[in-house]
Amino acid sequence: MRAQFVLSEIGVGLRRNLTMTFAVIVSVALSLALFGGALLMSQQVNTMKDFWYDKVNVSIFLCNKNDATTNRSSCGKGAVTDQQKQQIQADLKKMSIVETVHYETAEQAYKLYKEQYGDTAIAATITPDQMQESYRVKLKDPEKYQVVASAFADREGVHQVRDQRDILENLFSLMNAMRVAALVVMALMLVIAMMLIVNTVRVSAFSRRRETGIMRLVGSSSFYIQMPFIMEAAFAGLLGGAVACGFLLLGRYFLIDNGLALADKVQLIEFIGWDAVFTKLPLVLAIGLLMPAIAASLALRKYLKV
Amino acid sequence: MIRFDNVSKSYPKQNRPALRDVSLDIEKGEFVFLVGSSGSGKSTFLRLILREERASTGLVHVLGKDLARLSNWKVPHMRRQLGTVFQDFRLLPNKTVAENVAFAQEVIGKPRGEIRKAVPQVLDLVGLGGKEDRMPGELSGGEQQRVAIARAFVNRPMLLIADEPTGNLDPQTSVGIMKLLDRINRTGTTVVMATHDQNIVDQMRKRVIELEKGRLVRDQARGVYGYQH
Repeated sequence: MRAQFVLSEIGVGLRRNLTMTFAVIVSVALSLALFGGALLMSQQVNTMKDFWYDKVNVSIFLCNKNDATTNRSSCGKGAVTDQQKQQIQADLKKMSIVETVHYETAEQAYKLYKEQYGDTAIAATITPDQMQESYRVKLKDPEKYQVVASAFADREGVHQVRDQRDILENLFSLMNAMRVAALVVMALMLVIAMMLIVNTVRVSAFSRRRETGIMRLVGSSSFYIQMPFIMEAAFAGLLGGAVACGFLLLGRYFLIDNGLALADKVQLIEFIGWDAVFTKLPLVLAIGLLMPAIAASLALRKYLKV
Repeated sequence: MIRFDNVSKSYPKQNRPALRDVSLDIEKGEFVFLVGSSGSGKSTFLRLILREERASTGLVHVLGKDLARLSNWKVPHMRRQLGTVFQDFRLLPNKTVAENVAFAQEVIGKPRGEIRKAVPQVLDLVGLGGKEDRMPGELSGGEQQRVAIARAFVNRPMLLIADEPTGNLDPQTSVGIMKLLDRINRTGTTVVMATHDQNIVDQMRKRVIELEKGRLVRDQARGVYGYQH
């Protein structure tokens, strides 16, 4: 294989189909950027799960004196008694799935609330005796929430058992939906990219039919005849992959570190690092290289007689 | 060199077979004219030798190989031992004379040094020394056909297939091309040439094979074009 000969043929082919090549590059770049974005999004979800599931608790909210007026039967007798509290604490400690139990007074809850909501109108209407006392239970396995819920939900003096994960799950399912949407759009873009490549190969095979005809007659191997076409597609795809990599890097840079600077604004979330982005780049490049090459070789079967 | 054993070839959607029960032998070093009117099966005959087509029945041997049993990926290697020349020259218009000839070697992966040596040699042989850097469009028809012959011969094939090489040329130019093909034949290369050119066939007095409606109707050593035309 004479590298220089093949390279010059590729250069000629790409220039001849400049507009088509550009379309291939753009569509491959977009689809791969979406693909990489979806990968990063699912990694972000996992990172957040790891981060949050360590910190979230199951909260057992206890009845306060106001709850007697609500129609919750377990609170029918008014505020929780000291005896009930001791019993709950003792029972929690007995459960093997419980790691730690932390008691939060109504006063502490009020302070936290004030911290979170500050001087907003809602915060001003809240008083300490409206807040509930609660047990914050940390489980060894966050998935076992249901065990705690069924044990304490209907007990006298317990207002409500709540898994804080519920709040997060909403966020995660939103992010998952975004990831799925990105993958769907990626699939469509990829189909478009493949169709463009097939068309490019067809045009290019037609415009080079003299050359390929002669190559066939003088005994060029089919590999040698098809190579320039496949390399053309692979080269355009690789460029598209490189552009996609650029999108991913810029995306991380502008969304998290600078520009939108989410890392500064949303400190509660741990964001994926640069290493997460870097590890996706080889995959993106490899797909950018291989998919167009495969599409081209399939197209050649149809449009190029060898 | 070439052997046909009871070869027939039919194309789909055509009632009459293009070749019907053709048997013949062409020995190494022979010069053979293939004559017959249009549609007589000459093209099919050549396409079978090049293995552009496969015989429907019968056996085709070229260079000692049974083409029916030759696997597809070996076909290119078989074709490297054949040279082909056509009526329409089939040169690449955007390459110079030398590049056109070199192309035939580049695409089969010949080393650059070998190409640089072989191209001027073969251009000298066909009488185009000094015109290496011309474009095909600047040459006369006869010169273009010489380039095509140089390209077919640069890999030193055992067998040269020529499909009406003088079909687009005036009689005087044709004579020059025939002299060239004769010279190539004298180097030991077998030449099979399909033609309609009565004068040439009659002058050369080589073996003549005549096809008519797909049948072999005449195989004559030192023959002439025909009796009634």
